[in-house]
Amino acid sequence: MTDKIVSIRDLWVYRREHAVLEDINLELLAGDFLGLIGPNGGGKSTLLKAMLGLIKPDRGSITIFGKKPAAARSRMGYVPQKTVFDQSFPVKVLDVVLMGRYSRTGLLHRYGLQDRKAALEALQAVGMENRAMREIGALSGGEQQRVFVARSLVSDPELLLLDEPTAGVDSAQQTDFYELLCHLNRDLGIAIVLVSHDVTAISTYVSKIACLNQRLYYHGSKELSNEDIEKAYGCPVEMIAHGTPHRVLRKHD
Amino acid sequence: MIDLDFFQYEFMRNALAAGLAASVLCGIIGIYVILNKIVFISDGIAHAAFGGIGLGYFLGYDPLAFGIGSAVLTALGIGMVSSRARVSEDTAIGVFMATGMALGIMLLTLSQGYARDLYGYLFGNILAVTRSDVLLILALTSIILALVFLLYKEFLLMSFDPIYGEAIGLPVQSLRLLLLAMVAFSVVILIKIVGIIMVIALLTIPGAISRRYMKGLPAIMAGSILLGVVFVTIGLLISYELDVPSGATIILTAAVAFFLSTVLSR
Repeated sequence: MTDKIVSIRDLWVYRREHAVLEDINLELLAGDFLGLIGPNGGGKSTLLKAMLGLIKPDRGSITIFGKKPAAARSRMGYVPQKTVFDQSFPVKVLDVVLMGRYSRTGLLHRYGLQDRKAALEALQAVGMENRAMREIGALSGGEQQRVFVARSLVSDPELLLLDEPTAGVDSAQQTDFYELLCHLNRDLGIAIVLVSHDVTAISTYVSKIACLNQRLYYHGSKELSNEDIEKAYGCPVEMIAHGTPHRVLRKHD
Repeated sequence: MIDLDFFQYEFMRNALAAGLAASVLCGIIGIYVILNKIVFISDGIAHAAFGGIGLGYFLGYDPLAFGIGSAVLTALGIGMVSSRARVSEDTAIGVFMATGMALGIMLLTLSQGYARDLYGYLFGNILAVTRSDVLLILALTSIILALVFLLYKEFLLMSFDPIYGEAIGLPVQSLRLLLLAMVAFSVVILIKIVGIIMVIALLTIPGAISRRYMKGLPAIMAGSILLGVVFVTIGLLISYELDVPSGATIILTAAVAFFLSTVLSR
């Protein structure tokens, strides 16, 4: 389990002469579970989009599975920041999950039996198989989020990128959701990058943590120093310093 | 009682054929218009088409062809503008819409014999549909049906979740422009039937009602087509019997059904 799956070198992304990402260096190994925290507007979503090949780097390089991001898309799964959709949209859960097969099926081809089988398996993996024939809008927020994870799993990804997936999901369902991610990571060996605000909660589940505010503060471990966090957030962050599952911060003597 | 001499006249047969083809078009494109929330854009395209129609008149060429041309250009223009995000989409639509109408009125006025035709384009005149119009409408309807059949899963993904679609490599921008172009074609066809002002009603009402009762996209489309057929047929019959404008009668029939279904589904 020491394969390098993601290698980001000296990455800079600008938006209108404004650096959104500065000199990002990041390496991920197969089986990693990285929590990515940082203030709003710190570039977390931008980094994920760059990894998906949706944003072109202005400088530096991103290599995923030894390829350019766009070419590696079929091996990545993506759960966007709170999927905003019409809650009365007339589509069944199974059909939503099938959408994730697009990257494999391609333009103009119809979904076949194989795709349906994969969709049902993905629903099973997130415990939603008995909702397959329901309309997506009839499910609760947490259930919908699971369906969107199933949609990202249906293409058998080796790397899963999640952008604040628990926004708008109540806290009981959040815990279930994080446990689901742990299961995918540990039992199915899928590497995960989880963007979140919820530092305290994710620090319980992830194996590595990085903090992003234009620059990336990352030591390839689960620890960030007080200094890192202060630099990233621009002020001391109380919640983290006193957070109960005390694993984000190393003890300072 | 209803006279059955209705079908004796060729203009009536043409009207009905055009109306039925248009119902198929509305049933399918209308659903995408509703789901993609591009009702206002579609209305803007219809109004902008008027500029092209005026130009056709002014130059002495087929107004419908020019109408289609300007509608498609407007559709693509709005699509491009909104993706660049310099001007907000509804501002762009507002500008295109008013400019198209102003141009159309100006050019029609400068042409000869505008008054009757102006009225026809604004409020529709299905009884003036010619045999070649019917053939054109049938051809366009078949092309659009084929496109929707081929790109069903792509349009579904784009309508449901374009952000995700883009992330997994769906050509969202091209699909959106294609959809807008399809809307443009449909809208110009509908102008012949119900007129610029009322196009949007025929595009949205059947789909809006069908959505309340049907499950799944194919069923909703089928229901919407059926409703379109019913509205057009009843509207035409009433208009023929009472000698009232056909476009308005079709729309009023649809509107009554819409309000009834709203009240009944409460």
